[in-house]
Amino acid sequence: MSVIPNPAPGDVAAEKTPTEPPHGDNYITHGKGFLSWALTIDHKRIGIMYMVGVLAAFFIGGIMAIALRTELIAPGATLMFWANDDAALNSNWRLYNQLFTVHGAVMVFMFIIPAIPAILGNMVLPIMLGAKDVAFPKLNLLSLYCWIGGSIFFTWILFGGVIGTLFGIQDMPWYFPKGLDTGWTFYTPYSTETNTGVLLGTIGVFILGFSSILTGVNFIATIHMLRPKGMGWGKLPLFLWALYATAIIQILATPVLAITVLLLMAEKVLGIGIFDPALGGDPVLYQHFFWFYSHPAVYIMILPGLGVISEIISIHSRKHIFGYKFIAASSLAIALFGFIVWGHHMFTSGQSALLNSVFSLLTMSVAIPSAVKVFNYLATLYNGRIRLDSPMLYALGFIWLFTIGGLTGLPLAALSTDIHYHDTYFVVAHFHYVMVGSTLFAFLAGMNHWWPKMFGKMLDEKWARIGAIMTFVGFNATFFIQFIAGSQGMPRRYADYDQQYFWYHLFSTLGSYVLTIGLFIVLFNWIHSLRKGKPAPANPWGANSLEWHTPSPPPHANFEDGVEPEGVDPYDYHGWDYDESIDGYVKKEGYVPKEHH
Amino acid sequence: MSDHAHDHDHPPHLAHHFETSEQQMESGKLGMWVFLATEILMFGGLFCAYSVYRANHPEVFLFAHQYLDTMWGAINTAVLLASSFTMAWGVRAAQLGQKSILIIMLSLTLLGGFGFMVIKTIEYSGKYSHDIWVGGLNGFYQKDGLLLNPEGNYEALHYLDEKKAKKYGKDAHGDDHGDHAHGDSHAAHHGEDTHAEATPVVEVSGIGRPAAAEAGLIPSLTEYKAAIPTGGEAFVTGVGAEQIAYHGSHYPEFDELAPMDHNSTHIFFQIYFMMTGLHGIHVLIGMGLITWILVKSIAGAFSPAYYTPVDLVGLYWHLVDLIWIFLFPLLYLIH
Ligand code: HEM
Ligand SMILES: [Cu+2]
Repeated sequence: MSVIPNPAPGDVAAEKTPTEPPHGDNYITHGKGFLSWALTIDHKRIGIMYMVGVLAAFFIGGIMAIALRTELIAPGATLMFWANDDAALNSNWRLYNQLFTVHGAVMVFMFIIPAIPAILGNMVLPIMLGAKDVAFPKLNLLSLYCWIGGSIFFTWILFGGVIGTLFGIQDMPWYFPKGLDTGWTFYTPYSTETNTGVLLGTIGVFILGFSSILTGVNFIATIHMLRPKGMGWGKLPLFLWALYATAIIQILATPVLAITVLLLMAEKVLGIGIFDPALGGDPVLYQHFFWFYSHPAVYIMILPGLGVISEIISIHSRKHIFGYKFIAASSLAIALFGFIVWGHHMFTSGQSALLNSVFSLLTMSVAIPSAVKVFNYLATLYNGRIRLDSPMLYALGFIWLFTIGGLTGLPLAALSTDIHYHDTYFVVAHFHYVMVGSTLFAFLAGMNHWWPKMFGKMLDEKWARIGAIMTFVGFNATFFIQFIAGSQGMPRRYADYDQQYFWYHLFSTLGSYVLTIGLFIVLFNWIHSLRKGKPAPANPWGANSLEWHTPSPPPHANFEDGVEPEGVDPYDYHGWDYDESIDGYVKKEGYVPKEHH
Repeated sequence: MSDHAHDHDHPPHLAHHFETSEQQMESGKLGMWVFLATEILMFGGLFCAYSVYRANHPEVFLFAHQYLDTMWGAINTAVLLASSFTMAWGVRAAQLGQKSILIIMLSLTLLGGFGFMVIKTIEYSGKYSHDIWVGGLNGFYQKDGLLLNPEGNYEALHYLDEKKAKKYGKDAHGDDHGDHAHGDSHAAHHGEDTHAEATPVVEVSGIGRPAAAEAGLIPSLTEYKAAIPTGGEAFVTGVGAEQIAYHGSHYPEFDELAPMDHNSTHIFFQIYFMMTGLHGIHVLIGMGLITWILVKSIAGAFSPAYYTPVDLVGLYWHLVDLIWIFLFPLLYLIH
C-alpha cells in the first residue's frame, strides 16, 4: 500500500514538507504477515485492529436495531409473522427481549465505550504528543486482546438466546448459552431469577471492563510522561484533554462495575443474597452500584466525542479555538460532576425524597459545563472561514443533536416530569440523541477527519457529504418522533403497543431505514477510499497539532528519524500555506509563532 | 520491534519510546499508582456494601463478628505487616544493588504471603466445617423467614457457644459470662432468671432442634422459635433500649436480634467472605508477582540503574497489606 504523493518537480515548498518517509516506509507497510499485526505493539496498528473489531460490533448491534424497529413497525407480531398462535407469539415477545438486550449491551460495552478512545485515541494520541508510542505498549496490546476475548465471549452468550428462541429450541446443551434478556442493565431481582446467561454475560462485561481500564491507565501515564519539550498542559490539544478526563472516569468508575458484576455473579451462583430482599439484601443497592458506574460511563461515551468536535470545529473553520481553557476545564468538570448524579436513574426506585431532590439539583448542574462547550463552539464558528466538508458537517450535526439530547435531559432531571417520562420512549429518544446523535456523529466526524492520516488516502468528499446528510436526516427521523411518542406514554422495552402509537412507530422505523442507508454510504465510501482514494498529503486540512507535522500515513516511529517534535499551539494556523499541487498545506517558510492570547 | 530505530545508546532495559531511564521509571510508577486507584475503588464497592449493611443492621454485625477469630486475625495482620517491611527492605536493597539481601527479603516476603494464606485456610476451614459458609451453605441462610438449613443453624450456633466457652472458660450457654458485670440485667431481660440453670446448655442458647426439621419439613422462624424450650418468641421481642445499653460490654445472642435481623445474619458472612476472599486472591496474585521478580533477581536482572519491577511489585504488595489493615478492624474488632 504505497501511498506517498509525488511532489511536483521543482516545488521547493513541497520538498520541505515531510511528505516522504525516509525508507518509503510507513506503519502499514512496516512488517508484513499476520504475526506482524497480531503481536504488534505499535499503537497505530492496535488502533486499526480496534477499528475493525469495533465496527463489526456496531454492525451486529445495528442489525439488532433494525430487527427491533422492524418488529415495531406496526402493532402485533410483524418480524415473526408466522407467529400465529399464542405459544409462538410468546416466544416472539421473548425474542424481542433478547434482541434489545443484545442491541443495548453490544452497542454500549463493545461499540460506543471503546469507539473513540480505542480507535481514534490509539491512533493519534501519541502522535499528537510527538511521542513514539503510548507509555505501555504491551499493556495496550493486552487491552485489545481483552476486548477481543470479552467480545467474542459476550456475543456468543447473547446470540445463543436469539438463535434458541428463533428456532424454538427448548433444551439447550449446557455449553450452548441461553442468551440474555435482562436489558444491558442487569437489574436485580430479575437478573438473579431469569435462567438466561446472566453469569456468563457479566463475565463478558468484566473482561471488557478490564480492557477499558487498561486503556485509561495507559492514556493517563502517556499524557503525563510523554509530552515533548515546550508542550505544557496549556498547549495540550483539546482532544487529549478530553481523553484525559475520560481516562480518569474509566479509572475511577469501571472498577465499581467490576465489583458490581462480581457481587451479581456471587449472588447468582452462591446465593449470597446481598441484593435479594428475601435473603435480607437490598435490590436498590444494586441500582446504586450499577449507576455509580453507568452514569459516569455515559461521560466515557460523550467526552471523547466532545474532544473530537473541539478539534474539528476549530480546524475546519480555520480559526483559533475560542475559550481553550474553559473547554479544557469543562471536560474535567463534567468528569467530576459525572460521579455525583447517578441517583437520577432511580427517582422512581423508592429513594428518599431528600436524595431525589439533591440528585435532581446536581444533575441539572451538569448542564453548565456542557453549555460552556457548546457556546465556545459557537463562538469559534463565529466569523470563521467555515469549510463545509464532511467532518464539519458531522460537527455541526453534533452541536445540534447534542443540544437536543442535553436539553431533553432537563425534564428527566426534574422530579415531577421524570415521574411521567420514566421508562418511556422519551428516555429512549434522549439517550439515543446523546449516544448516537452525539457520540456516533463525533466518531464519524473524527474518522473522516483523521482518515487521511490513518490510511494516507483521501475520501471522496461528495459521497462523504451525502453520507453525512443522510445519517443526520435519518437519525432525526428515527428518534425525534420518539420524544412525542414517549410523552404520550409509549413505554420502553415493549414489543407491542396500542394502535394509538402506530404512526409514531411507523415513521420512526422508516427513519431508521434512511439512517441505515446513510451509514452504508459512509462505509462504502471508506472502503472505496482504501482501494481507490487519492493519496493524502501530510496536512490536508491546514491543522497544526503534531500529527499533521508527519507524513500520511506516519512512519513506524511516528516521526522521521531525527525529527524532535516540539510543543506548538495546536490552534495556530498561520504557519501553513495551501499548496494546490498537493491539495494540502505546507509549512510557511520562517514562520515564528507568536504567543497566543 | 524495529532494529534501525535503536542505534543510539539505549540501555537494554530501556524501551524504544522512552528517552531516559528516569522517564521510563516514572511512567511505570505513575501507571502503577493509577492501577492501584482502580483496586481501591473495586474494594470500595465492598466497603460501601459493608457500611450500608452495618448501618442497617448494627446488631447483626455485633452478633456475627463473634464467629471470627480475633487471634488468628491479629496474627495475620502482624504477618502481613512484617512482609510489607521485608518488601520495603527488598526495594531498598535493589536500589543499592545488594543482590543477596534482595533475594533474602523477597523470599521472606513470599514466606509471609504464604503464612497469611495458610492461616486464612485454617480460618476458612474452621468456618466451613461448622456451616458458616457462602450462600445456601450458611447456617443462617433463610428465605422469607424460612430457615433453609436448620441443621447448619444448629451447627453454627453450637460452634459459637464452643468458642465462647473456650474464651471465657465457662459453660457454653453464653448467657452468663462470669466476668461480665451486666449478667443480671441480661437475664432479667429474658424475663426468666433461672432458666439458664434449669435447662440443658444447648437449648438455652436457642439451639433446640425443631421436630419439624426432623420430620423433613423446613420450619418457619416462628415454629423454630417455638421449639426452643424457654422463652420462644419472648426472646425475640423487646430487644430495644436494653440492648443498646449493653453495647460495648455485651454482644447480642442470636435470639436477641430483631426478627428482621435474623434474616440478614448470613449477609454478614457473605460480606466477610467476599471481602476476605477477594483480598486473598490479591495476596495470591501478589505472591505470583513476587515469585516472578525473585526469579529475575536471582538471574541478576536488577541493578541500581534498573529495578522498576521490584518497585512496582512492592507498591502492589503494600496496597494488599493496606486493604487488610482496613479489613481486620472492620470485620474482627467490632464493638
Ligand atoms: C443506529 C440506529 C439505532 C436504532 C434504530 C436503535 C433502536 C433501538 C431500539 C428500537 C431500542 C429498544 C427500545 C426499547 O424498546 O426500549 C433501542 C434500545 C437501546 N439502544 Fe439503540 N438503536 C440504534 C443505535 C444505538 C446505538 C449506536 C447505541 C449506543 C451507543 C444504542 C444504545 C441503545 C441502548 C443502551 C438501548 C437500551 C437497551 C435496553 O433497554 O436495555 N442504540 N435502540
Ligand atoms: Cu445518568
